[in-house]
Amino acid sequence: MAGNSDPHGSAFSAAEMEFLAEDELVEIVPNMRMDPINLICGDFGPFRPQIATQVPLWLAVALKKRGKCTIRPPEWMSVDKLTQLLEAERDTERVFQPLPFHYVEISRLLFDHARDDIPDIYMVKSLIEDIKDVRFHKIGTGLETISGRTNAVKLSNLSAMEVNIVRPFLAGALQTFYKLHNPEMVPESERRGSRRPQGADRGARRTLKPR
Amino acid sequence: MDDYESLIATTDAELLKRAWRNEKAAPEILQFETELVQRSREQIQLVEETVEEFTRNGIDPLTVSLYQMDLDRILFLLRSYLRTRLQKIEKYMFHIQKATELWNRLSKQEQNFAKRSIEDIEQHFEQSVLSKLPDRYKSHLKQSVTSEEDDMVPEPLLDTYVICRSKRFLGAFQLDERQLFYS
Repeated sequence: MAGNSDPHGSAFSAAEMEFLAEDELVEIVPNMRMDPINLICGDFGPFRPQIATQVPLWLAVALKKRGKCTIRPPEWMSVDKLTQLLEAERDTERVFQPLPFHYVEISRLLFDHARDDIPDIYMVKSLIEDIKDVRFHKIGTGLETISGRTNAVKLSNLSAMEVNIVRPFLAGALQTFYKLHNPEMVPESERRGSRRPQGADRGARRTLKPR
Repeated sequence: MDDYESLIATTDAELLKRAWRNEKAAPEILQFETELVQRSREQIQLVEETVEEFTRNGIDPLTVSLYQMDLDRILFLLRSYLRTRLQKIEKYMFHIQKATELWNRLSKQEQNFAKRSIEDIEQHFEQSVLSKLPDRYKSHLKQSVTSEEDDMVPEPLLDTYVICRSKRFLGAFQLDERQLFYS
């Protein structure tokens, strides 16, 4: 039966999700002078010492690595905000709290490259881990409620990484439920059961009707 | 922030990102973005020349490396976009060739690639397997002479569930008569 689910696996790799996240804007405080740069993805600068400016995350990390700036952590990444979020996340059973779409990737990149720019980094790290866990657990319990009669599943405020992890399983599970529940409604070519047509089996295998 | 978002949504970099995302997530091959790819190629070439000029003129290496990084990112998007499409063509080449609508979604070079791949695969099947099978089973498109359709041709599964992300809160809406969701 495993062959019936979506064979693609995740459509995107984790690295590709990070790539998308790297285009998010963050605030930096340069410690040098540089003229504006006109990149394909946009124009940024001019860069003046101690004057904050917004750049894409990949650029911020590049500058930070060369010791040319400090990165201001986004305002949702404070101990207070995150504690609030965690509580709200724990209190609501089936609702997800609004979080930046790429919060996992952004926090990961900042932890790796801008440790010294994040106040109370250990606290922040552990709070984000807890939030991640609570949300994943919610996804799990929510998935248990899917049945053959589910037409659509709505998950509000899910983040990019969570969507990407859940995607193959969710699509496959819904697909399998659909097939098992509505064998009459499944078109002939689908009934063979997998991506590759198995014409040789067509005579021998029959779909089971629910009793 | 909203204005910025709608502004950058129309840049070529953003359009290329969207085309890449869609192509990766869709099971079938989508329409080739000829103009977008053309414009991206031109921009890439321009930046490549700029970087060369900068290096010659001794512009500070930091600036040069930032331009180079931006260039690498766009190159990655473009290459991955083209590669994803090629993978789909390889997987479903017979199916694409049979359907004119799908065939027309390919670029000229992709169509050449598909034609040559098909010739190669046909020849390979013929030599290694099909010529040795009994007469009624020699086609690479049909299981046997008695098959009603081309059942040896893999097709992408178009009836699978999709996951989509709405940009704004849409409120409640109906999906046929029953609406069921958990959130």
